[in-house]
Amino acid sequence: MRKTVFLGTVAAASMVAGIGMADTLADVKARGELNCGVNTGLAGFAAPDANGNWTGFDVAICKAVAAAVLGDPSKVKYVPTTGQTRFTALSSGEVDVLARNSTWTFSRDTDLRLDFVGVNYYDGQGFMVRKDLGVTSAKELEGATICIQTGTTTELNLADYFRANNMNYQPVNIDSNAEGEQQYMAGACDAYTTDASGLAATRAAFADPENHIILPEIISKEPLGPAVRHGDSNWGDIVRWTLYALIAAEEYGITSKNIEELAKSSQNPEVQRLLGTTDNLGAMIGLDAEWAKRAILASGNYGEIFAANIGEQTPIGLARGLNAQWTQGGLMYAMPFR
Amino acid sequence: MSETHAQTVAFVRDTMLAPEPPPVAESGAVKWLRENLFSGPVNTVLTLLGVAIIWFLVSHFWDWFAHSVWNASSLNECRQIIIETWGEGARGACFAVIRERWNQYMFGFYPSALYWRPTMAFGLMFVALAPVLFSESLKIRRTVLVVTAVVTLWAMVQLNAPGAWLVFAAIVLVGGLAISERHVSWLLIFSVLYPLLGVWFLWGGSLWGPIMVLVGPLLGWAAWTLVGRFSALLATVAAIVVTLLWWLMFASRAAADAEGLLSLAIPFVRSDQFGGFLLAITIGVAGIALSLPLGIILALARRSDMFLIKSMAVIFIEFIRGVPLIALLFVASLLLNYFLPPSTNFDIILRVIIMVTLFSAAYMAEVIRGGLAALPRGQYEAADALGLDYWKAQRLIVLPQALKISIPGIVSTFIGMFKDTTLVTFVGLYEPLKSMSDAVRANIAWKGIYWEPFIFVGFIFFIICFGMSRYSMYLERRLRRDHR
Repeated sequence: MRKTVFLGTVAAASMVAGIGMADTLADVKARGELNCGVNTGLAGFAAPDANGNWTGFDVAICKAVAAAVLGDPSKVKYVPTTGQTRFTALSSGEVDVLARNSTWTFSRDTDLRLDFVGVNYYDGQGFMVRKDLGVTSAKELEGATICIQTGTTTELNLADYFRANNMNYQPVNIDSNAEGEQQYMAGACDAYTTDASGLAATRAAFADPENHIILPEIISKEPLGPAVRHGDSNWGDIVRWTLYALIAAEEYGITSKNIEELAKSSQNPEVQRLLGTTDNLGAMIGLDAEWAKRAILASGNYGEIFAANIGEQTPIGLARGLNAQWTQGGLMYAMPFR
Repeated sequence: MSETHAQTVAFVRDTMLAPEPPPVAESGAVKWLRENLFSGPVNTVLTLLGVAIIWFLVSHFWDWFAHSVWNASSLNECRQIIIETWGEGARGACFAVIRERWNQYMFGFYPSALYWRPTMAFGLMFVALAPVLFSESLKIRRTVLVVTAVVTLWAMVQLNAPGAWLVFAAIVLVGGLAISERHVSWLLIFSVLYPLLGVWFLWGGSLWGPIMVLVGPLLGWAAWTLVGRFSALLATVAAIVVTLLWWLMFASRAAADAEGLLSLAIPFVRSDQFGGFLLAITIGVAGIALSLPLGIILALARRSDMFLIKSMAVIFIEFIRGVPLIALLFVASLLLNYFLPPSTNFDIILRVIIMVTLFSAAYMAEVIRGGLAALPRGQYEAADALGLDYWKAQRLIVLPQALKISIPGIVSTFIGMFKDTTLVTFVGLYEPLKSMSDAVRANIAWKGIYWEPFIFVGFIFFIICFGMSRYSMYLERRLRRDHR
């Protein structure tokens, strides 16, 4: 507790000192490289391959921002952050953007002095159980032993949910996803709970996925999104509108394949503004006219990024669900480019 | 004599009897078993219990090991192969992950075209260590150096090292071997230069950097000789000031200028590309090499009569020992960023090495202080009686004995420190045990693999730590001067 207060004080003091002079855009341009905080390894979202090349759903955000700001999606320095170091790494200036499947919550946005710029994945906490347990709803988990990662929002959500439904459970504390899978497989717990995207990936990796089911209840809201430091609104705008550019591109049907053609010939004024054919929106945030075009070219529009990393064609196999465009019944809704 | 009895005795044996074999219960395996395993009721029960436990472990895990798969490109393929070979329901280890990600476990994300550089640095390390670790036994030194030379050169060829560097490594390895045959103390020059060379091989960049670092102490030495004519104390101060001034103010610019004149650069590798055992061994070796001298100085300072020095040593040691290593690592990785100017680029591995070194130096100091305390007072008095000054008394009489007593403790501290390098996982560095394994698991092909990486990494750690512990036993035997 005392340590937290101390760290918080230091963070706040440095932020107060930093507000007046923070110009992340200039720093990034001078450095020629974007420092992007990512997960140390989470299937589908951020993981280095055997050669150290990062790929994933969160990594695509880093690439898009680097492409928009620096003109080259490869000019990213990925800073792997753990659950403990992520927010401090951002507020201490070690990273410029934190794209690390972090839940947007009130206290993080205000007390920790971060600015979440948007949501790139709407997640929620779910349960996985063995099929032969005969459970079909989370409401039937009375008295169950549940594997739960300590120190996460999921732990608190679990306690809330069981208290609200007047049920008891026996927690089995685990430290990491890999350990959770192992405990669950070994039968140390009846149910395993974490974000639904993580459950899907875990289940896909089992030797017998058909023997496990993910219960229909989603017991929490976990809006995951990129965050920047409090106090540099221009930089926040750049990251926010880069994310919106990816989402809007999907809405307008701009893909990495047809983008060159659309930039030349599209008659849609929204597309023209987004791609910088007419109007120079980039100048308003300190970038050039083609910033959004480069961001989309980096790894495709939002839908392409989703499909390539975590979509139904990948082993993780997540459906779009809440993350579909608003026109398709989802929550992905880019503000107008005007 | 025989004739005397020829008439009186009915039978005289004129050949030796063949020796009888000893009773079954007193020879061979039976005797060994009786003496060592079944010498009494308690021991018999313990033996049976031990056998039962071993049987339990083997019967439960044997099939898992026996069904190991070493050739597959994903966990699912492993499972397929196990089912095809051993039938439905069989289980087995999937060590194929080690085979496929071997380079990643060894080198992290180091550029694959440059793998030969850490390999060469590792091989040359043994040349640098030979005169320190095996100064007295020519036979052991020869064996170590021959094996090192063969293995290093073979590995470098396998890793496609450029020809010029192969020749360089061969010259150093074979030259080291030749020098160690006759004048092993000459090799100490290489041992002193090795830290700079090693850093240059690992991180790359311009050779002028290490050269300019080396110029610092040379200038300091020049200042020392110049000022030494007037005052010894002033000379020491001048030497330190000149060295530090050179390092802080001029070394980097001089290196850049020299690089402009004559380029001696090899490709630069960033710290975030380090990982796996390369990272663990880099931190471990640097920590070990730095913490021993620092620990000795701290131990002497804590036993010093000078109040200021003594209290500073006590405060430092007790503070560091009272704080968990993880807290120090967090300070290194996060808190320092708040205090340093925003644009400073203070290398994360360097920060971690400093923290790990300080941490183990505090423990080392207490271990060595134990050794110092164990020396009889007579030894100190004898040194005084001989008229030796403080440093000579420490160097010639006190420390050799105190360090000898402390060897087991020192080596335990080393082993503990080397294992503690896995804690850097908490500051986002890719040490082999957790971070690297998690990164491997984050690839969908290997998601769900659990025990195999732990077993592999644990095995390598065991080899290294067991090697250190055997070396300490060898050293204790060699240094035993009494009670033979």
